[in-house]
Amino acid sequence: MRLSWWKILCIIQLLALAVAGFIGGVPAKPIINESIRNLYFHVSMWFAMMVLFTVALVNAIKYLRTGNLKYDVYAVEYTFSGIVFCILGLVTGMIWANYTWGKAWSNDPKQTGAAIALLIYLAYLVLRGSLTDIDKRARVSAVYNVFAFFMLIPTLWVIPRLLESLHPGGMGNPAFNTEDADVRMRIIFWPLAVPGWTLLGVWITTLRIRVKMLEEKKLQHA
Amino acid sequence: MRKLYFATLPCILLLCLCLPGVAQMPDEPIQMADGLRASGKIWVVVAVVFTILAGLFIYLISLDRKISALEKK
Repeated sequence: MRLSWWKILCIIQLLALAVAGFIGGVPAKPIINESIRNLYFHVSMWFAMMVLFTVALVNAIKYLRTGNLKYDVYAVEYTFSGIVFCILGLVTGMIWANYTWGKAWSNDPKQTGAAIALLIYLAYLVLRGSLTDIDKRARVSAVYNVFAFFMLIPTLWVIPRLLESLHPGGMGNPAFNTEDADVRMRIIFWPLAVPGWTLLGVWITTLRIRVKMLEEKKLQHA
Repeated sequence: MRKLYFATLPCILLLCLCLPGVAQMPDEPIQMADGLRASGKIWVVVAVVFTILAGLFIYLISLDRKISALEKK
């Protein structure tokens, strides 16, 4: 079996990140010091999550348009991977916050918004688990997926920008904005970290989809 | 209480920046792990992370191959 080009790209990007992420130059800033390197890891989780949830949304809509159960499998697996990246983003954020803001959870608007978004997506799994009829489950969860995705816009994109936050990218923060990450960091963040972690998420999701397809084939033959 | 803390914190920070001789002086160099990098020890961390990632990728590729073999059956 030959590996697809994007899987090789993912391996190269993340292995390069493992070196460049620690060796590359970073701006010297008070409070965050070397922890500024978390940009490559913590922030990338959220980018990967957004991509995975967007792919899930597209597949949910495709299911609603065509009624093909294949798209339901795609939607649920991409959502599942998105949830994993969301949890990783939240936990790494708490670790980072513990050492820069003083405590892991300070009910900051960005933390609370992310937690609400996570709960909405966890409810998606609960909803799916509660329905036994395959077609009904696929339809109801596809509709809910569209709703859950559009709840991301206020919880992650709008409300945190309106309220004062400790987190960068809002009003009155002591940490750093994306502009504070100088060009040395940006040439690592955009070409290596963001696409590398995103491709890893996609890779794992495709494996889960393939396993699920095999399971369904087995059920049909049984 | 917490509101009071957040209100006084910027004032304290401002004081720290303005008053000479207080903890964080603006001309004082910010602590970074430059020494560690110079002595080469950061490469130990790089080696560890690199090994973990490489191991995970080998695991992922083997999973990918196993699934491909099942699909061919």
